[in-house]
Amino acid sequence: MAKKDQRMSETETEEEETEAESMSESESGSEEQKQESKGGGIDYIMSLPDVPRNLPPHVELQRTRVFANIDAPTHTDSIQYSGAFVSVGLDNSFRLDQFRNNFRVEVIRFSDDGMDMEFDMIGIDPALANAFRRILIAEVPTMAIEKVFIANNTSLIQDEVLAHRLGLIPISIDPRLFEYAENNAPNERNTIVFKLHVQCAKDVEEEKGQSKKKEKEKEKKVPPRITVKAKDLKWLPKGSEFYLESEDSNSNSTSKLKTYTSFTCSQDSLPEFSNNKIGFKEPLDDINIARLGPGQVVLLEEIEDEDAETLKKKCPVGVFDIEDIANGRKRLTVAQPRACTLCRECIRGGEEWEKRVSLRRVKDHFIFTIESTGALPPEVLFTEAVKILESKCERVISELS
Amino acid sequence: MEHGSYADNNNATFSLTDEDHTLANAVRFSLNQDPRVSFSGYSIPHPSDNRVNIRVQTTGAPAREVLKDACQDLMMMCQHVRSTLDVAVADFKLRNPPKKDEDTDMK
Repeated sequence: MAKKDQRMSETETEEEETEAESMSESESGSEEQKQESKGGGIDYIMSLPDVPRNLPPHVELQRTRVFANIDAPTHTDSIQYSGAFVSVGLDNSFRLDQFRNNFRVEVIRFSDDGMDMEFDMIGIDPALANAFRRILIAEVPTMAIEKVFIANNTSLIQDEVLAHRLGLIPISIDPRLFEYAENNAPNERNTIVFKLHVQCAKDVEEEKGQSKKKEKEKEKKVPPRITVKAKDLKWLPKGSEFYLESEDSNSNSTSKLKTYTSFTCSQDSLPEFSNNKIGFKEPLDDINIARLGPGQVVLLEEIEDEDAETLKKKCPVGVFDIEDIANGRKRLTVAQPRACTLCRECIRGGEEWEKRVSLRRVKDHFIFTIESTGALPPEVLFTEAVKILESKCERVISELS
Repeated sequence: MEHGSYADNNNATFSLTDEDHTLANAVRFSLNQDPRVSFSGYSIPHPSDNRVNIRVQTTGAPAREVLKDACQDLMMMCQHVRSTLDVAVADFKLRNPPKKDEDTDMK
């Protein structure tokens, strides 16, 4: 934990530095430019000292940060229009190399089983980050039970409820190995079949017929019950064993009765399935959260001594820490900006606090948390999502040309 | 799927079936960053229709080409995101090797 915190504070200071750099660049950069290009044309004009190369610091801040003020967040929109800064002589149009230079991915953690991960995506527009999130939630394929044939269900759970519950079980099979079934006949390339055959053991004994004495004894006991779990589903590599029609005693045909599936070979023998185990994971929800980046708490002035103590107490998630400085004085530091939930508790105390602390959030910094159900590791899920967006673009391009 | 006038191919509305905010918002973002575009926006005419209308108005270039370029840009960005993530994950796994894997290697 201590390591993590240290890392975070490092990245935070890095960001602060780059911010400061970009602001001072406008002064130092123009002089260098002067010497570089003495030729005419647009380069010369751009190198003139009164042509701004960067946005004024306050506009740059509004462009890159969301401000969480006490009444409402401000500057929440991302500026996309290419000509947004024409009046200051800046081009806001898209350049791939610029995106390539700014874009960064930082993996924060992997769970022990490798099925949960958290990573930061920095330098990407919310439009794209949200597209990835939406695709992860709704469009990355997963395997699930779609059709349930029920032969004899004498349990308390009705057929339709049981079928619905079965459909919610996450199945850990790589869906990339399968084709979409759509309306095709189910075969070994688009279908897997499971059998659920469970019986409450004590009921069986009763059915066999026992003396009345024993039955009376049983009445005193808790009624028999059985807990059915996902592991009770048995995989049938050879396809369904469940006949679609009941056996006709009159017909003399020796042909095999039809089942739901038409497997030509056992799935066991297919090379891709012998390597990939088919089974279930502990039920986990597939949660994909893209959260707008870590909070940025900026102390507009140094807060010391008693004020520091009160502010540290105010924050419910412990963003602040107190540092001892010389002469027995204490100074407030922002120790864990990532923990900030923008609850604004620290600026609630009135205008005096609002003037001293500023809560911000970096607009192009996203925290993705991906929890996989177990079929595919989260990084693969994400790359699949990106591929889906690519194929969508490809579709549009091919339809237009 | 394209609705525009024959005389003027600078302005057009594209109607994409089986798409939603996911693609339309991303395309609008990339269209807006193109200096040739004077206006772009999208709408979903009815929530139960699986289609989006994307409006593109340009300063002179054919709208069809501009939309194509926007999609191309998006694809390039996606490819870069993918490769960057792969590198980041590989780096992370190299730095913190999972304990479980070591156990299985022993067996």
